[in-house]
Amino acid sequence: MVLLIHILAFCGGFVIMSMELLGGRILAPYFGSGVYVWGSIITVFMLSLSLGYLLGGRLSVNNPSLQRFAAIFALGAVLLYPLILFAEPVMEFIFLRIEDPRYGSLMASAFLFILPTVILGMISPYSVRLLVTKVEESGQVAGTLYFVSTLGSAIGTLMTSFYFILWFEVNTVLTLLTVVLLMVAGVAMLAARRPSESR
Amino acid sequence: MHRTRPAPRCWIGTTFALLAFTLSIPGYAKVLHEERSVYTRIIVEDERNLRCLKFTLVRENSRQTCMDRNNPQRLVFDYAKMTLSALLLKPDPKRILIIGLGGGTLPMALRDILPSTVIDTVEIDEAVVRVAKRFFDFAEDDQNRVYVQDARVFGKRAALRGEQYDLIILDAFDGEYIPEHLMTIEFLGEMRDLLSDDGVLVANTFASSKLYDYESATYAEAFGGFLNFRLPTSGNRVILVPQAKLHIDARTPLDRKNLRANADALEVPMAPYDIPLKRYVGTLLSLSGQKPDWNSRIRPLTDQFSPANVLQSQ
Repeated sequence: MVLLIHILAFCGGFVIMSMELLGGRILAPYFGSGVYVWGSIITVFMLSLSLGYLLGGRLSVNNPSLQRFAAIFALGAVLLYPLILFAEPVMEFIFLRIEDPRYGSLMASAFLFILPTVILGMISPYSVRLLVTKVEESGQVAGTLYFVSTLGSAIGTLMTSFYFILWFEVNTVLTLLTVVLLMVAGVAMLAARRPSESR
Repeated sequence: MHRTRPAPRCWIGTTFALLAFTLSIPGYAKVLHEERSVYTRIIVEDERNLRCLKFTLVRENSRQTCMDRNNPQRLVFDYAKMTLSALLLKPDPKRILIIGLGGGTLPMALRDILPSTVIDTVEIDEAVVRVAKRFFDFAEDDQNRVYVQDARVFGKRAALRGEQYDLIILDAFDGEYIPEHLMTIEFLGEMRDLLSDDGVLVANTFASSKLYDYESATYAEAFGGFLNFRLPTSGNRVILVPQAKLHIDARTPLDRKNLRANADALEVPMAPYDIPLKRYVGTLLSLSGQKPDWNSRIRPLTDQFSPANVLQSQ
């Protein structure tokens, strides 16, 4: 159970940063690759994560369970996948209405990335809640979880920028990220059904 | 306004760096201006009679533009001459679009050669525009305008405005970093849509590295075919696409008589630039129908797949 939650937190961190890195490539055809495009993406991701932390913490108060934790991943996958289908029309819509590429890219990042990133941001606080049993160990549990999920983010960034973009198309990587989220959600669901494995 | 850098605090390090740098190239280069812009590091230096714009200090081949101070109209690099050979294919463009300003050599030469032509240049880095004006005699006027914008954004907006160009010059790549979204089939398609019916597209690109194959495959896919202009004297190659808007089968084959006539007409206005136009006529003719010298099974670059910088460094 402890290991499983750490693996899930790792995958969450991996997916968030991989998606953020791909964000630059998704926006470039419409808004360029100026420094403001990265500014927009990072702003939106930070804002979304901060909201996700808030919501995840809030959600963990009542009846925390592995099922709900798994549902966060599944929902994240469901919200990430539309990037493949709707990124183009969304960006075109915004491009036609906002002349300034700074606000255009900010708006496009917001439309494309807020929902999945808010949901994925809920993972960290929720996993802390699932693992903490005593007050004294809460700092250590949180520290280990941050370590694992941020390590996932680092590796997600590296793999995407060094290798994935060389091996795959952007949409293929997004599909893979969706599959990863669904798979870990499935594994967590299965684990939650087996009472011998629960606390 | 221009910012000059304050005197370096660590003079020993700077002295060694300067010494090493000076020793690595022939002649003594005097740095006139150095600045770190949002996008790159800009260096302007004088070496004998040459004033050069560099976008990094590390490699000598990173010179973007050089100007002969004794003869500002001379085109120092072959690639600039090769690029202007596009005028043989389209001697009277009414409107020209240039992607990438550098020191402004190309727009200034074209402004001079074609006095009634409108030239729009797109440059992403405002600092480059300032440096071109201050050190390379670049000047804007009603017919010679610079847009500080991303080329992809400019292209899409220009298409919405219904703009058309008779000649498009892509000159946005330096040896160090490639704007990957400007080297995809989709981008080239957007540029093609901006061309008039018999408009010409010309691109100054790379002759070496693994990217050569990818880039060639991308242009071949976007345009069906192109003239692959390479010279042994230049590390660059220039891609020329005559009548780029038309399907390759609908394009008029190059005609010696026609090209010769264009060369004759351009001889007087282009004389100060020392471009071997007559020789280029033969070169262009020999290039049409040439077999690809790249691996044509390679995957073209798209918005979905554009690892140009990773490929370049391999």
